[in-house]
Amino acid sequence: MPGTFLPSNYIGIAIFLLVAIGFCVVSLGIGYFVRPLRPYDEKKTIYESGMEPIGEPRQRFAVKYYIIAIMFVVFDVEAIFLYPWAISFKKIGLYAFIEMVLFIVVLLIGYFYAWKKDAFEWDK
Amino acid sequence: MINETLYNLIITIIKIIVVLSVAMLHVAFAVYFERKTIGHMQRRLGPMEVGPHGILQSFADVIKLFFKEDLVPASADKPLFYIAPVIGIAATMVSLSVVPFFNGFAIANIKVGLLFLFAMSSLGAYAVILAGWASNSKYSFLGGMRSSAQVISYEVSMGLSLVGVMIMAESLNLNDIVAAQQNFPTRLYIIPQFIGFVVFVLSAMAETNRVPFDLPEAEQELVAGYFTEYSGMRFALFFLAEYIGMLVMSSVAVVCFLGGWGLPGFIYSIFSGSSIFISILEVICFLFKLYMCMFFYYWVRSTLPRYRYDQLMSLGWKILIPVSVFNILITGTIKMLVQ
Repeated sequence: MPGTFLPSNYIGIAIFLLVAIGFCVVSLGIGYFVRPLRPYDEKKTIYESGMEPIGEPRQRFAVKYYIIAIMFVVFDVEAIFLYPWAISFKKIGLYAFIEMVLFIVVLLIGYFYAWKKDAFEWDK
Repeated sequence: MINETLYNLIITIIKIIVVLSVAMLHVAFAVYFERKTIGHMQRRLGPMEVGPHGILQSFADVIKLFFKEDLVPASADKPLFYIAPVIGIAATMVSLSVVPFFNGFAIANIKVGLLFLFAMSSLGAYAVILAGWASNSKYSFLGGMRSSAQVISYEVSMGLSLVGVMIMAESLNLNDIVAAQQNFPTRLYIIPQFIGFVVFVLSAMAETNRVPFDLPEAEQELVAGYFTEYSGMRFALFFLAEYIGMLVMSSVAVVCFLGGWGLPGFIYSIFSGSSIFISILEVICFLFKLYMCMFFYYWVRSTLPRYRYDQLMSLGWKILIPVSVFNILITGTIKMLVQ
């Protein structure tokens, strides 16, 4: 169907999504009637190797995780930017190829800068 | 027009039922296959009690989990705790809808199939992070944090490793990628794209949290990682999501590097009369390659010890990313020269 924004192909995905969610709901829902449910306070505490939980579980975590997340945003956008170029490689030809090499080189400069700044060193 | 739409809808639903039941049976069989493989590699028998050679073991496990009490910690974040396994299942299962099991068969034969797979594998990370956060347990929290950093790190190298395949096939549609390999001289992209294949396999193992990159659920330090607080059927859902995730990653490897459903050319000329027979052979071919990939997962699991976290990060960022960028440049240059 040309001219429609949502090709009929995507309906399959939507139905499959509903089926997958339905599967979870049904399997948990049916189980609700057959499984025992006898909770008491000790059972409902979180597991901490058999001890009473000490302190708040959601503590502060290493700033490294933020740096990794920022690096991820940069490089994943790069990867997505490469896809349209890759699939129309023949059509857009040599000019686009050189442009893309320049783009990758610029990105690699940033990459080695981050490396020098120890962004990838986990234990520093 | 309406009849045609209805007809397509019914065909789609039948396809979904087939793929879903195959996936479920696959998980039951894959768990059994894994335990048997690892057992024999360690010179023991693996499950032997339930059914002949223990073949019904997985079904017994599912029934057991079904009747187990479903405990939710009092201090957990209830809505997120409930929704996390559902996200995991939905994201991994929906990925199956773009996989072509034989020529032209996919629930949704969309043009951006590979991109869709990446999107769904990113969504799968949410399940792990939300589960780790919502459980309000230290082990779960650490597992969730580790997993989020690991999954996003390896997603970059996975995304880059497949650009070489895209340059060669000039398509994101999985069926077109397989068809392009049929027309390619070596017939399999693993030969020209060997670097990309190695990077992809390593990244796929990290994405699905498998050994040697199973830091998020490292038993010796984090009990069970992000699903420590999950019990009964909710635990089973995470388990299911992990195995379907392995199935999805293996099928991407088969489609992009190992020729998918593609059979050797002479088979097409021998059986050119019956398309159904060829389709059956293609399914068998696809599943055979798929199970070779699954076997590789198990083989690695019983062979290698677990990585340390800083080693994991430096492997992802310092080796796999430069190597895959190098692979893109080489592939692009060669293709430019050949034209």
